[in-house]
Amino acid sequence: MAKLYWEDIQEEQEIPSITKDPTTRQLVRYAGASGDFYEIHYDKDYAMGNDLPGPILHGALKSAFLGQLLTDWIREGGTLRRLTCQYRGMDVPGDKLTASGKVTRKYQESGRRLVDCEIWLDNGQGERTTLGSATVELASREA
Amino acid sequence: MAETGPFLTEEMCNQAIGVESPPQVLEVEKGAIIRFAQAIGDPNPLWNDEGEARQSAAGGMVAPPTFLRSAPVIRPDPPFPMPFERMLDAGSDWEYFEPVRPGDIITTVARIENMSERSGRLGLMVFTVLKITYTNQFGRVVATQLSTLIRY
Repeated sequence: MAKLYWEDIQEEQEIPSITKDPTTRQLVRYAGASGDFYEIHYDKDYAMGNDLPGPILHGALKSAFLGQLLTDWIREGGTLRRLTCQYRGMDVPGDKLTASGKVTRKYQESGRRLVDCEIWLDNGQGERTTLGSATVELASREA
Repeated sequence: MAETGPFLTEEMCNQAIGVESPPQVLEVEKGAIIRFAQAIGDPNPLWNDEGEARQSAAGGMVAPPTFLRSAPVIRPDPPFPMPFERMLDAGSDWEYFEPVRPGDIITTVARIENMSERSGRLGLMVFTVLKITYTNQFGRVVATQLSTLIRY
């Protein structure tokens, strides 16, 4: 895959979206891999007892989807320096999520070539359930 | 700065801010990185395939950005009772300084950075911001995470 260089970036540029189809099975897998065994993420009765619609996605799994959005985009040419996610709405397994983003600022700081982005997740109803931002450091064609 | 109300007083916030939990240690295993990558459904060879990762600029496998969520962390408790049974994760703010690689030994410490409260659709919500610092075996901070938890 071609390397992404800082010179190739323009402000307002869109980051190629990725989609995710989380299942309860994935939540169980994520619970095991992350060690977050809070029952609201896989036990329907427990979740409903907490006035939730059923099991809900781990917020951190949603941040992992946004992390992948960025690392798929920058590949080897870059390094993720900052990743911020705010969980505004709950997401449930069975609902497709689309991770998207766009470049908000391109700049140099202390010799680093940086790009700031807005990132977000939309559910199947087009509701923006997660908002975030990120900073990536990219290589230069000149270096 | 602190938003206080019927539950939290400014004095309680001041007592809580700065409370730290005892350090915890994670020895980063290659298999754990691969299982985490599989769990999040991320096929990037950098966190799935040592052979391919060796050919990359990274020079070998590294952990994906949110892998450190699998590091054990003891949540520091504020020095007063918190009469709430339910909890939600409100968000994270990660800063990354160094890659995390198989074989690394990561020490985590969590500190209460801020507390506040608000009323919303869940009723009274108490927000706790923890700063989790991840330090490797060379004494270098590889990442920090500001993690905001809601108790309600």
